Amino acid sequence: MATPAVKVYGWAISPFVSRALLALEEAGVDYELVPMSRQAGDHHRPEHLARNPFGKVPVLEDGDVTLFESRAIARHVLRKHKPELLGTSSLEQAAMVDIWLEVEAHQLSPAAIAIVVECIFASFLGRERNQATVDENVEKLKKVLEVYEARLNQSRYLAGDFLSVADLSPFTIMHYFMATEYATLVEALPHVNAWWEGLAARPAAKKVAEFMPVDALESPKKQE
Amino acid sequence: MAPLKLYGMPLSPNVVRVATVLNEKGLDFEIIPVDLTTGAHKQPDFLALNPFGQIPALVDGDEVLYESRAINRYIATKYASSGAALLPATPSAKLEVWLEVESHHFYPNASPLVFQLVFRPLFGGSPDPVVVDKHAHELAKVLDVYEAHLAQNKYLAGDQFTLADANHASYLLYLTKTPKAGLVNDRPHVKAWWEDIAARPAFQKTAAALPLPPPPSA
Repeated sequence: MATPAVKVYGWAISPFVSRALLALEEAGVDYELVPMSRQAGDHHRPEHLARNPFGKVPVLEDGDVTLFESRAIARHVLRKHKPELLGTSSLEQAAMVDIWLEVEAHQLSPAAIAIVVECIFASFLGRERNQATVDENVEKLKKVLEVYEARLNQSRYLAGDFLSVADLSPFTIMHYFMATEYATLVEALPHVNAWWEGLAARPAAKKVAEFMPVDALESPKKQE
Repeated sequence: MAPLKLYGMPLSPNVVRVATVLNEKGLDFEIIPVDLTTGAHKQPDFLALNPFGQIPALVDGDEVLYESRAINRYIATKYASSGAALLPATPSAKLEVWLEVESHHFYPNASPLVFQLVFRPLFGGSPDPVVVDKHAHELAKVLDVYEAHLAQNKYLAGDQFTLADANHASYLLYLTKTPKAGLVNDRPHVKAWWEDIAARPAFQKTAAALPLPPPPSA
């Protein structure tokens, strides 16, 4: 059997690595996940810095092309294999996809990540949860989700009536967020909740969710 | 064709990010002021344009857009044949990567630095040294990577000036007016890259239009 031409480097428990994997799964592209150890500092080694000088994961190698930054990876994969998920059939659709991808990157994810880091990852990182940080970000996230609710009241998906990378991109971080006590923020908004449940039911999302078992994080000993 | 309408405060670096690209494309536009100091960005009129209540927003005929980077990609695509070619005909992985690098490595540090060092004084406050030191330290590490990259590449995506370079221009302009200008000027390739961008006629037009107060006399 031929080795897949596409390799992803990183630890799939990372929502950033899994964002890249979700794009590959949705696009139906064969890939090899090359495991790396965060604890062993694999991302700081010269061979990884040669792939990504910022020392982050994921990195994707597709033939002789190397990419880093999970949303750049997603764009590359989808443009090549499933361009409709970028809204490329029209300028207006593409613009809506790009707007809601920026919204995910700059409005939704920063708040959701801050909550997830405190509620799920803090003990794993050997420190106490910072409730002030959680409270501040819960307020921000509430406001952002209200705008999502209004948007999803008007159209089935974020960029319009078609599924796009703007819907897929938040999935991996939201997967962790929905395991916190603050999932109620989503559950309280009927359209956001329905949108979330629809995403989570997708075969590609279910596959990627298996890489991000929330309970594995409760005991550091379970990690590698 | 009616001029495009760019909503925001003319000095806001995210607004200037869009003005940069509009000028590179040689497009007619007017800036419609949205005064953040009076909360105009949270009023229903503006929320109808951007429900997140942030500047800039762009109106192009029937199209209403927000998020400066999405606006810029739209302009570069729609007006591909006007002015400078900011997106290559064949999609470039390197371009996509460095667009994201601006968004997630450069901007998260450049933005608080510019806010503390340029905008707080402009509104009668003073910079918070803890915030300044933290982000200057982080941006130094980021720009070390840029330095190595620009030693091998004339522009971020390769030989040509693209949207990836254009998206940095507004924050580079402000940063080089602050006491932290050394972050750029002490790195020879980063400095040369910035000076090349600053010398572009379209960017000189963008910079000249900024209602900046005159520098303090020595």
